[in-house]
Amino acid sequence: MQTANGNNPAAGDAMIAIEGLTKRFGPFTAVDGISFSVSRGEVLGFLGPNGAGKSTTMKMITGFLSPSAGRASVCGHDVVTDQLAAQRMLGYLPEGAPAYGDMTPLAFLKFIARVRALKGAAADSAIANAVAATELQGVLEQPIDTLSKGFRRRVGLAQAILHNPPVLIMDEPTDGLDPNQKHEVRKLIARMAADKAIIISTHILEEVDAICTRALIIDRGRVVADGTPAELIARSRYHNAVSLTVGGQVTIAAAEALKALPGIASIEINPRGTETTFTLFPMQQNAISAEVKLIDAVADLAREKDWTVRALYGEPGRLDEVFRKLTRSDTADTPGKNAA
Amino acid sequence: MRELLAVFRRELGGYFATPLAFIFIVIFLFTMGAFTFYMGGYFESGQADLQIFFNFHPWLYLFLIPAISMRLWAEERRTGSIELLLSLPIPLWAAVLGKFLAAWVFSGIALALTFPMWITVNYLGHPDNGVILAGYIGSFFMAGGYLAIGSCLSATTRNQVIAFVVSVVVCFLFTVSGLPLVTDFFASWAPQQVLNTIASFSFLTHFTAITQGVIDIRDIIYFFTLIASWLIACGIVVDMKKAG
Repeated sequence: MQTANGNNPAAGDAMIAIEGLTKRFGPFTAVDGISFSVSRGEVLGFLGPNGAGKSTTMKMITGFLSPSAGRASVCGHDVVTDQLAAQRMLGYLPEGAPAYGDMTPLAFLKFIARVRALKGAAADSAIANAVAATELQGVLEQPIDTLSKGFRRRVGLAQAILHNPPVLIMDEPTDGLDPNQKHEVRKLIARMAADKAIIISTHILEEVDAICTRALIIDRGRVVADGTPAELIARSRYHNAVSLTVGGQVTIAAAEALKALPGIASIEINPRGTETTFTLFPMQQNAISAEVKLIDAVADLAREKDWTVRALYGEPGRLDEVFRKLTRSDTADTPGKNAA
Repeated sequence: MRELLAVFRRELGGYFATPLAFIFIVIFLFTMGAFTFYMGGYFESGQADLQIFFNFHPWLYLFLIPAISMRLWAEERRTGSIELLLSLPIPLWAAVLGKFLAAWVFSGIALALTFPMWITVNYLGHPDNGVILAGYIGSFFMAGGYLAIGSCLSATTRNQVIAFVVSVVVCFLFTVSGLPLVTDFFASWAPQQVLNTIASFSFLTHFTAITQGVIDIRDIIYFFTLIASWLIACGIVVDMKKAG
């Protein structure tokens, strides 16, 4: 599980297949032998610090950059040797949702429809569907340059889904959107997910939990983790830990009493204002019943000692903690190189 | 072909979506007129032809055409829309040619709008309209040559100012390569053959030949070859940038 490889169990019906994909810019290796595949119905979340190689990988799959080594294919079409066929199968939202600013969304979508070989009624209904899905009705006649960031992003999304592609690649689809718009875009992605293979990149870890069926963490051009969000969260040291917040006077004795409970490996104490939070780490982190047993034990202890309990819950784990543990690209010890 | 047309229509529409087209055409017509009538002394010449008018074309194109071509690729790079363009299923040749043709047709529209010159000269006298037509054809091809150069150089940068300045310089060299300014530099040491070759690259030589009313197939081939070579170079530049 530590590193991904090409032997994905679902590789048989992989819509996106990537093998040893590498991109070098001069002496700098932005993407270093990445392999993975994405099947129909999967929403793959691409995680990683800035400059980890997420966008560069997407640019290679979509044909904007040519790989230095390795192969990538979309629906069986190699992105280098059979580029146009691969590009016909995919919709792409580049980072920042670039568009032709002097055009109106309607003219822009008509251009995309022509390029995508949609004609007449087929083009009209494709545009109508994309416009409805991204709720662009109100701004169809305004130049894209004059639109807000949220609308521009939705124009980019409409463009990407216009031809109902089997493969969707979106680079930070919710970046710059307000919480309502983020919610709408996530719903849209979830609606389309069933019959497509989707890759999204994101910095927002909650998004991974919300829409991704699988997450891939990339660091310095390499895959450092590949699994379902739940599997990744399970790698957190907080996985199955129990958090107890008590109010009022808390003594060392309380900590000692908690520590004395069976199955406790260690304990963390965070005083905050008039209350104190104890985080209890169980010895058998991955035993399914450990957390429940521990919570019960803690609750009994609190009742017995008559503590004022403000909160008591079991932690599923913290994705941001897993992310920090696995990635180091943007810390000071690496040369601050950002991929194209 | 469908992709070529889509790119062509988008690009040509792009000129008219902003005041760019209007401003360009007004300035183009104004400078053409001003140069012909004032600097060229059109009325004083007493000739019922457009020779003076056409003589200024290479020099005006030198600055006006790079102003059209500079945005072709540089702007796409700056705004990032090139990523969209190159990830759409459009063959590279269709993107390169579609953009070039849109710019060429646009400059053709500007050129065609100088028709009052033609009306004036016909009103004033009895010019040889065949020669004038040849002049227009020659001018149109020359514009294509400048545009092809500018298109290629625009692809090398994301900065439109750089694209403009470098295009002006390269276009200038192509314009004057038959004049003493350039030939003298080579005359002292280069063999005559090289000298002739350099001189044969000159826009002026070929353009002047056409404006005399003689449309020589060699002059046409010259412009076509020139345009094709620079467009191929443009495609190579765009493709090389993909390799990072």
